[in-house]
Amino acid sequence: MKIQNGYLHLVKTAIEDFKRNKVRTLLTSLGIMIGVLSVVLLIALGLGLKNYIKQQFESLGANLIIIFPGNISGDEGGGVSNFGAGFAGGASFDEKDLNSLSRINEADYLVPLFMKSSFIEAGTERKFGYVMGTNEQSFKLLNLDLLEGDIFTKGDISARAKKAVLGESLADAIFDNPEDAVGKTIRIAEQRYKVIGVYKKKGDQQQDNAAVVPYKTTYGSLNPDETFFTMYLGTTDETKVDEIKAKAKEILLRRYNKDDFTVTEQTEILSTVNQIFAIVNGVLVAIGSISLVVGGIGIMNIMYATVTERTKEVGIRRAVGATEEDILKQFLTESLLLSLFGGVFGLILASLIVLGVRAFFPASINLLAVIIAFVVSSAIGVFFGVFPARRAAKLPPIEAIRYE
Amino acid sequence: MINLQNVSKSYFLGEEEIKAVDDVSLVIKEKEFIGILGSSGSGKSTLMHLIGLLEQPTSGSVVLENKDVSKLSDRELSEIRNKTVGFVFQSFNLINRFTVLENVLLPTKYSKENLNFDPISRADDLLKRFGILERRNFFPNKISGGQQQRVAIARALIMSPKLILADEPTGNLDSKTGDEIIQILKSLNKDFGVTVILVTHEHDIAKKTKRQIYIRDGHIVEKYL
Repeated sequence: MKIQNGYLHLVKTAIEDFKRNKVRTLLTSLGIMIGVLSVVLLIALGLGLKNYIKQQFESLGANLIIIFPGNISGDEGGGVSNFGAGFAGGASFDEKDLNSLSRINEADYLVPLFMKSSFIEAGTERKFGYVMGTNEQSFKLLNLDLLEGDIFTKGDISARAKKAVLGESLADAIFDNPEDAVGKTIRIAEQRYKVIGVYKKKGDQQQDNAAVVPYKTTYGSLNPDETFFTMYLGTTDETKVDEIKAKAKEILLRRYNKDDFTVTEQTEILSTVNQIFAIVNGVLVAIGSISLVVGGIGIMNIMYATVTERTKEVGIRRAVGATEEDILKQFLTESLLLSLFGGVFGLILASLIVLGVRAFFPASINLLAVIIAFVVSSAIGVFFGVFPARRAAKLPPIEAIRYE
Repeated sequence: MINLQNVSKSYFLGEEEIKAVDDVSLVIKEKEFIGILGSSGSGKSTLMHLIGLLEQPTSGSVVLENKDVSKLSDRELSEIRNKTVGFVFQSFNLINRFTVLENVLLPTKYSKENLNFDPISRADDLLKRFGILERRNFFPNKISGGQQQRVAIARALIMSPKLILADEPTGNLDSKTGDEIIQILKSLNKDFGVTVILVTHEHDIAKKTKRQIYIRDGHIVEKYL
């Protein structure tokens, strides 16, 4: 009862003082508010971006091994900057590589991918999209679910059948209705293809605007060199990933130099992306923290002024029985509340902004951000409050009481 | 109740040492009503601060209720100030942002033990006794000087101390109001057995106490000049 009474008195005294100095309180808290706001917001946006990229990778399907030409970093899995490119030169994969890799029994899927951007036409409609030359396994491996119609078969590949399965966005753009596309004809580079199916939207701009065709069909005007851009190996058994990677490397080394190709898996790419984001996020949070420190100094400044302003009061309190500790607690409570007030306000503001951007971007405020907001702002309140509070506590009572 | 043995208190004003209280020995018994009389700068206020534990002596010992206070910690000193001593100052020393009632209650906030009374009803009793109950929710700067000093006395009494130290309590008041304050102090001593030490530079006021001590240049002297 006594302790409760004591703390209640401290908090009440502090709040009454805030009420009397509304503008000063608000301005002092503003520094902490901006600091907490920027740190929480940066964490939320960074987290959102990370989740977004993770989602994109996960949509590729599990246990995917990616083989692409070139090797910039020299270390396996490190070459994120060259990911998906192949511009660095190196190997150009072809049918021969596909045959060699097909001997890896542990792999359940082997998918070649040729890709080229092109106009895709139907009647008078025309849309800029992508032609993807691949095999029938790609639909399963890349998680492409059919909306309508069917996919092409192995037979279609050897027959170089002029058949295409369209992404939903593409089908929607060149036909009145994506469901109506099946059975219609499209034109790619002056060649006619029959649409046999449409797959559902995945949220990947390239994939959703692609016409997927049997890879051998592209041989000729679209793909005169008869090469592939990338090859994928897939397995349903996670434990086999390393073995498949090793075997794929061994096979490719028979034909290419070590630096001409990269065998990697999506988790490696993901972890590199995560590392980069951790660094970028760390730098941003560090910049945001500067405003927290500045806010803390603002609190310290105001607390020193408050102590001077209330020197006489400290003397009176000491005369009626307040200990040094009581005085210390009084001023610490005040700076703590001042800082927490800013922290909570910053958190609320950050939440509102996150709610606002959510429509465009998967940002989220997590528990960590809330904990940081509270812990950091309390820590700042205590750290920057303790020096002025100590000065108040150490005032000689009789000098304090005589202070005018 | 109070025993001062060869107590000195000196300050440094630059290089110069100033002895505000110089080798004072003094015994004050329980339930006394005593006047300490001296001119401005005689050291009477310092003497009062030493008795009230607001300052520590440079040399000598202050024994309050058989405890040598020079050996006590900040916590123990604060507890004695809280429970045993009540101060009344010339300039009232009320906290202006607190109401009359909150000012009176202030010492109860620093009690280290559970209170064995209801602080609000005791505060109301004291305010009623001093005729200012209807001012309980006023702020100090909205009431008269005499009323403010009554509030200060109520604050000094809320913890039922054995000793009241009044430092020029009438200094900021007109003589009529001053007399009323002295009457209050007198009745505290007479009716409630509180030891009262009244510090003043006015003969007429000191005469109203039962025993007078004269102080000059930090020493106790036989006769006030």
